[in-house]
Amino acid sequence: MAGEKNGEGKEAKEERKELIKLESGEAEQPFRWSAGTYGSRFLSELRDNCRFVGVRCPCCGRVYVPPRRVCGPCFRELTELVPVSDEGEVITFTVVSFGFVDPSTGRQKPVPYGYAVIKLDGADTYILHYLDETDPGKIKVGARVKAVFAEERSGSMLDVKHFALLRA
Amino acid sequence: MGKRVAVVGVGMTRQRSSRPDVNGQELIHEAVRAALADAGMKRDDIDAVVIGNMDHFEGINYVDTWSVDGSGALMKPIMKLTTGGTTGSTVAMAAYYHVASGLFDRVLAIGWEKNSESDTTGAIITAFDPFWDRPIFAGAVAGLALEATQYMHLTGATEEDAAYVAVRERRHALNNPFAHLHINLTVEDVMNSPYLSWPVKMGDMCPRTDGACALVFASEDLVEEFPNQPAWILAVADRHLWAYTSDPYVNQALENGWWFPALEWAAREVYDKVGVREPLKEIDVAELYLPYSFAGLRYMESLGFCPRGGGPELVRSGATDMGGECPVNPSGGVMSSNAIGATGLLRVAECALQIQGRAEDRQVPDVRLALATGFGGCFWSDVLLMGREKPERSRG
Repeated sequence: MAGEKNGEGKEAKEERKELIKLESGEAEQPFRWSAGTYGSRFLSELRDNCRFVGVRCPCCGRVYVPPRRVCGPCFRELTELVPVSDEGEVITFTVVSFGFVDPSTGRQKPVPYGYAVIKLDGADTYILHYLDETDPGKIKVGARVKAVFAEERSGSMLDVKHFALLRA
Repeated sequence: MGKRVAVVGVGMTRQRSSRPDVNGQELIHEAVRAALADAGMKRDDIDAVVIGNMDHFEGINYVDTWSVDGSGALMKPIMKLTTGGTTGSTVAMAAYYHVASGLFDRVLAIGWEKNSESDTTGAIITAFDPFWDRPIFAGAVAGLALEATQYMHLTGATEEDAAYVAVRERRHALNNPFAHLHINLTVEDVMNSPYLSWPVKMGDMCPRTDGACALVFASEDLVEEFPNQPAWILAVADRHLWAYTSDPYVNQALENGWWFPALEWAAREVYDKVGVREPLKEIDVAELYLPYSFAGLRYMESLGFCPRGGGPELVRSGATDMGGECPVNPSGGVMSSNAIGATGLLRVAECALQIQGRAEDRQVPDVRLALATGFGGCFWSDVLLMGREKPERSRG
C-alpha cells in the first residue's frame, strides 16, 4: 500500500518552518430555530403552567414527550395532546466530569453534573435532563425522579432546573 | 442485478493528533495520491468521486467543491456525504453503489477529518436538536456513557471487562505504523485513568485525530487491469434509528428488547445475503467501529459473535486478539485513531488489506471473509462484508 512517505516523516528532514493558524475568535453565527406547533405547546406549558404534555399516536398508542407531529414506526400524523406526569424513572444515567465549551452558550459547561435518560409517567418516549446528584454511587437505573422547575422560565427545556431523585 | 465490485487501491495518511503542516485539501491529496499510486491509476482514470467528512468539525462547508484540486475531482462527478460517525462507511457504500449500478467503472472514495481544528464535543453537540438535546447532551463521551451504564445494569458487566477491550485495541495498534496512539496500556492503567463521564474513563475513549483515507472501487469488468488482488464487496446494509439522543433507548424497549436494533438489523441483512450463520467461526477478521471500550463488549453481542451478556467472556477468552478465532481490529481500531470522516472508510481499507495479504505486521493469516462496520449519530449502523473470492452474483 502506498502512503508510507506521507505525514510527519517527510517534514522531519526539512528545516523547521513556522506553521500559522487562524483563530475564529469571537465570531458568532446566530440562528433562529422553530420548535413547531407541538414543540411550542410543550414549551409554553412548561413555562406558563409547569406541566408536561405529550401526543398520543392513534395507531400504536405511544405517547411522545416532547410531542412530535409524526410517529416514526407508524408514519402517522399525531393530533391528540395528552398530559403526562412531572415524575418518572431513570432509564440510564452518567455523571459528566470532563470540561467542554457548551456550543449553545459559548461558555465552559459547569462540571461535574449528573444527567439521565428519563421516562415520565404516562410517556412512552424519553427525555434527557439533569439530576441533582453527582455521585454515581447514589444514582440507580430505575430510580424515581421528579421535575424541579426554575423560578425564571423562558420556554426551554431548562425551565426544568433538574430532576430530583426521590429517596425512599 | 448490479455489477460485482472490488476495492483495488488503498491509500491512507498516518493518523496523527494534529497536522498543522497541511490544510484539508492537502491532507485529502496525500491519501488520494497514495490510493491512485497503489491502484496504478492516473487522476484521469477516475470516473467519479465520493467524499465525506463532518463539516462542522472544521467549520468549512462544501468540501466537495474546495477540495477538487487535491481530490482529483476536477471536472468530474462528485458526491459529498455527511452521516456522523458512519460518514466513512457510508462513503464506501456509496462508492460501491456507484460502481454496482454499472454507470461508473472506477470510483474514488475519500474520507477525512481534521479534528484538531475544533472542539470535538462542542461540534458533536451541534449535530443534535437545539430544543430537546443540546441543553443537556454532552457529546459522544457522555452519550456513550449512558449506553455503558445501561449495559452494565442489564448484564452485570464491569468497568474492568471494558478495560480489556481498551487494552486489546491499543496493543494491536502497536503493529500499525499508521495508527495515531502507540501506547502500551495495561488494564490497571485504564482503570486508574480519570473519569470523563462515569463510567467512561480516559482510557476507554477514542482519541481526536487528523487523517485521511482513500480507496479505489472497481467494476468486475476491469479488476484484471489493476496490480492488486481484488478485495470484493459481498454485501452491505445500513440502518438508522430515530431522531433524538434518547430515542435508541425507546427503540430498544419497543423492539422487544433488541440489543442494538440498527446494528442487529444491518448485520442480519448482510449475514443473510452471504449465508453467514456462525459469525465468530466463519469471519476471519473484523474491523469494527468501536468508539469506546464498552462497544467492544455489547456490539459483539449485537453482531452475533456471542450471546447477549457474553461480550466480557468473549474478549477475556482471547478469541478477538491477534491469533484468536476472529481477531478484532488488528489496526488498533477507532480507540487508537479517530479522524471521524476517515474512520469508517479505514475499517473498509483495513479489511481490503487483510484480504489482499498486505497488512504487514498486523496481518491475520489467510483472510477469506472480513467484516467492517460504521457507527454514528443516534446509534446508526453501517455493515459491510468483504471477501477474497469473487461472489457468484451481486447481492446488494
